[in-house]
Amino acid sequence: MYDKDELDRIKRMQKDWEATTLKQELEKNGEWKPEFKTLSGIPVKRVYTPLDLVERGWNYTEKLGFPGQYPMTRGRSPTMYRGSIWPMWIYGGFGTAEDANKRYKFLIEQGTQEIAVALDLPTQIGYDSDNPLCRGEVGRIGVAIDSLADVEAAFDGIPLEDILIFTTANAIGPIFYALFTTMGEHRGIPVEKMHLNIQNEILKEYVARGTYIFPPKPSVKFSVDLVEYVCRNNLSDNVYPYWFCGYHMKEAGATTVQEMAFTMADAVAYLDELVSRGVDINTFHDPEVNLATSIDFFEAICEFRAFRRWWAKVMKERYNATNPQTLGVYFRGGSHSSNYTAQQPLNNIVRGALSVLAQALAGEQTINTGAMDEALGIPTEESHQLVLRTQQIVAYESGIINTVDPLAGSYFVEALTDELEERATELFNKVQETGGAVAAIESGFMQSQILESAYQFLKQVESGGRIVVGINRFQVKEPTTVKIMKVDETVEERQINKLNKLRKGRDNDKVRTTLKELKGAAIEGVNLVAPCMAAVKAYATIGEMCDVLREVWGEYKPKGLW
Amino acid sequence: MKETGKPIRVLIAKPGLDGHDRGAKVLTLGLRDEGMEVIYTGIRQTPESIVEAAVQEDVDVVGLSCLSGAHNYHFPKVVELLREKGMNQALVIGGGIIPQEDIPSLKEKGIKGIFGSGTPIKDIANFIRENVER
Repeated sequence: MYDKDELDRIKRMQKDWEATTLKQELEKNGEWKPEFKTLSGIPVKRVYTPLDLVERGWNYTEKLGFPGQYPMTRGRSPTMYRGSIWPMWIYGGFGTAEDANKRYKFLIEQGTQEIAVALDLPTQIGYDSDNPLCRGEVGRIGVAIDSLADVEAAFDGIPLEDILIFTTANAIGPIFYALFTTMGEHRGIPVEKMHLNIQNEILKEYVARGTYIFPPKPSVKFSVDLVEYVCRNNLSDNVYPYWFCGYHMKEAGATTVQEMAFTMADAVAYLDELVSRGVDINTFHDPEVNLATSIDFFEAICEFRAFRRWWAKVMKERYNATNPQTLGVYFRGGSHSSNYTAQQPLNNIVRGALSVLAQALAGEQTINTGAMDEALGIPTEESHQLVLRTQQIVAYESGIINTVDPLAGSYFVEALTDELEERATELFNKVQETGGAVAAIESGFMQSQILESAYQFLKQVESGGRIVVGINRFQVKEPTTVKIMKVDETVEERQINKLNKLRKGRDNDKVRTTLKELKGAAIEGVNLVAPCMAAVKAYATIGEMCDVLREVWGEYKPKGLW
Repeated sequence: MKETGKPIRVLIAKPGLDGHDRGAKVLTLGLRDEGMEVIYTGIRQTPESIVEAAVQEDVDVVGLSCLSGAHNYHFPKVVELLREKGMNQALVIGGGIIPQEDIPSLKEKGIKGIFGSGTPIKDIANFIRENVER
């Protein structure tokens, strides 16, 4: 990029600057910290110049190229936000399906184009709401869904063709695909006209978050069943069967490098299985990746840029992918909610705004940020509205959408992008050498690495080495008075009544037959999407379906006390 | 604190279905660094299994963590079962996402301290030392 003479001039100029201007300043005023590092601990230099890129052998055509083309560093689309502003989404849902339906309608009125259905824990873990293990949990962190009847109620009156529906079904991805498509079918809307997105990413649940049911191997199989079904039925342009998630690992304490490496390792575990079934990787479109947006602004931006380039490389080199739709990561952003503080919660509005800005500068496909009261409870309507307004201000007022990948070419941004890719590749290779993601989860490798990072972070905060506003500096005494959303205490009872009514009113012979067929198919090892559809149509409950699968596959039991 | 010399034994437990255990795990490590003997149950415990572990491990303190909002059910249930098993002296504390307004009734029901996110480990350790009965 620079001729030798110019590089020599830069070198001389830098030496001179170090010996004069910089030296005088350091002698007179010094710097307020002995070293400056990113949140992940990567050292950051005082000043970056073209020399930093030249030393790395960096060149424009190989490292950046043009948006929409390999290696995708600058973005997966050639026009990015000039083509259209990102869809804004909000994760929500609580109570019964009827309660959630009201919130979804409110959010659509406010301008959201995507409904992210938060499921309560019993649903995610495959228990019916009347299971004794679910006491106190029904409808709490998400909406309670026991059967197709609840999905129908949650989307009653909501135009299915205009919105994207997403959900956090991970252990039970194919079941939720069956629930959503059957709901559409009953309303006369074929799957080809819907836009569905199922998280379906079980491996990260063993590492963080914990909504697993079955052991890792059959879980990966069940998850890939949905992807295989989507690819073979040409549904890849309107059904997105994955979010490869690093988000929850970072929430559990993973550094940026760990998040990147473990997300890639998990993704490769599924995709290896997919191609081993003879599915053409190029029929797998819009690989969605969900990484948490670090509060460290530049590390966040560089992480997304680095991951985009790395993904394209892995798809090309490992799977011989050629389709730009497979090579280009579809980033589904998210703020990093564990940066939010319960103390002085209004400060989280600012953290949210920074995260939206970072996601937009990094060129994410959809953007999300947490509501300011997330650290206190389920967000209120008002704080959900504020999340949308934050995004709308960045999108329509700030002007950052005018050009694609505006930070490209910054010496610092490019150097850090390279550094993150290198470090993540190294850790990923380590996981692969020891047997891949499933082995690294079974041995506890990923979990212990993340815990170590979480503990180190805590120690830094407690020693004051890392400043968190409102936690270890700038605290205030008075208790906060933020309005908190309360979940109606009658939810559990109302949901159980609905469930009892369902069990009486449906054709129970048909339920038994379809469950038996599901079990048979699981034993046989065939693709389970079709038998799940049959059971869903008979109004079998999620708990009933998971119970027959538990009989075949067993349950995952992590090691006990430690 | 009556007896000195012997380390305080703590059980950190995750009642209910919530799998977010970063807090529970770092607290386990942190209290160990404070010189206590700490056992962590792992996620998805029932009040019954927690009390069984507390009895078996003969702990002085039971720390409960819940981020799913099910604390109003699980926390008092653990206290009730501990009493049934004759472990009245065990100090029960809790943490997670606990709304301010729930704290008075939890305290009334025997959860002696509630510590939200951002609480320094030292504060929790000091509270335990000051309130533990052995």
